[in-house]
Amino acid sequence: MSSNVKVRFEGVSKTFDKRGERMQVLDNVDLDVQEGEFICLLGPSGCGKSTLLNIVGGFETPDTGSVTIDGELVRGTSSRRVFVFQEYGIFPWASVWDNVCLGLRELPKAEQARIAQETIDLVGLNGFERAYPMELSGGMKQRVEVARALAVAPDVIYMDEPFGALDSLTRLTMRSELIRIWKASRPTILFVTHDVDESIQLADRVVVLSARPGRIADIVEIDLDHPRDQASTRYGEIKRRLFNALGVVS
Amino acid sequence: MSVALPLVVIALSVVLLMKLRWRRQLLAPVFVIAILVAVWQLAVTFVMSETNPTPGQTFSALASIFTSDQLWKHSAASLFRVTWGFVLATALAVPLGLFVGWNTRGFEALNPIIQAMRPISPIAWIPFAILWFGIGDRAGIFLILYASFFPITVGTMAAVRNISRVHQRSAENFGLTGLELFRRVVLPAALPQIITSLRIALGVAWLVIVAAEMVGMDSGLGYLINDARNMGRRYDLVAATMILIGLIGVVLDFLVRKLEGFDEVKWGYVNR
Repeated sequence: MSSNVKVRFEGVSKTFDKRGERMQVLDNVDLDVQEGEFICLLGPSGCGKSTLLNIVGGFETPDTGSVTIDGELVRGTSSRRVFVFQEYGIFPWASVWDNVCLGLRELPKAEQARIAQETIDLVGLNGFERAYPMELSGGMKQRVEVARALAVAPDVIYMDEPFGALDSLTRLTMRSELIRIWKASRPTILFVTHDVDESIQLADRVVVLSARPGRIADIVEIDLDHPRDQASTRYGEIKRRLFNALGVVS
Repeated sequence: MSVALPLVVIALSVVLLMKLRWRRQLLAPVFVIAILVAVWQLAVTFVMSETNPTPGQTFSALASIFTSDQLWKHSAASLFRVTWGFVLATALAVPLGLFVGWNTRGFEALNPIIQAMRPISPIAWIPFAILWFGIGDRAGIFLILYASFFPITVGTMAAVRNISRVHQRSAENFGLTGLELFRRVVLPAALPQIITSLRIALGVAWLVIVAAEMVGMDSGLGYLINDARNMGRRYDLVAATMILIGLIGVVLDFLVRKLEGFDEVKWGYVNR
């Protein structure tokens, strides 16, 4: 197994200074993520799960400990490892097409066009190539952002509550779409959420973080086939275990 | 007659304004203008001295400017100065604002000076403008350049400093640096607010050119106002020129607002 480790967190801790007050957000996090694995980081608000994602994504550095990808220390961002943000990181001044082409700009035009069209089709935005983000619904904007990430054929995708701003029905659709897309190209995905059901529906393994300072409280393997039946006994058992790990009585 | 007509106009306009349903946006301002003109007429008749022009005298003066070559000569002089001053200011202030807004050190070094020079009225520069450039276009262009420069610089600076963190991070994630970063993210992200600052700057420029021409120039709409007063106290011409200045100002603003319609900037003018 260890030969397939994609991302390794070792003793990661992080403290912030907020108005002169020292606030520890992460405490000694150890975690191995396998290549092609779908990991959900689940925890209450403010538990440091987004900070953990920002550290592995290269936007922030840990105070102690280290994060390696393919055995190499993370020292900054990389266009092979792409973020999908909750608050729409796509550029509102560019069309869907130009947004998706952002990571392809060094390629020849014909190659760009081929990949962009492929990815736009994959996320179901065919026909909206010339549209601008403000003309699209929240769900469609998030599809553009997913397409922009997928276009570069990333080996890791970081998703920070990407469906948090969507209505609950759109959120359900986006989850099954994400699973479909993930199965097609099998990138490693680190997905931050505070929604227990979302984590069970998506992840291979759910990593539960405790309230601040964030420590790993439990790691739960979701041994269910997609699409996952919410009414099954096993689903209920997993849900109960996750709630327990979160310290919520159910 | 001179009392009855204005009163009828006011009464009728008020009634119509209150009943108005059809084409309200178009007609309501027309009635408001009618009321104002009628009040003006009454004020001249009852309150003010006879030196004050009536609406009728003003409109015939306006008509006379329109038919003489005065209109074109003086409007062209004012517009020439405003155009050049404004274009030069844009060419200097937008790059400067982009740089100062993006570069923290540049901001720390330049922002205090910009903030200190900003409150100095361009009018206060007229003596130096004339000293350096003499009476004429170049002094006017300099003053307009000065007047437009600060609104554009400060607006652009603020726009860049307002670029959302998620867009900055996206740019970083996709490896955008240097000129490409400016072209693909910094400039387009700031553009809606830059256009707003251009609008403000052009409005200021149009205010300043009239004042500057009244004090230190021998042509232009501001000069025309001064000239009308000095040569035979033609207050009807003064008022007519003021109306003309207002109309041209509206047209200028309308032209800059056209920039807000482009797909690349529309996003900046809706609730995000």
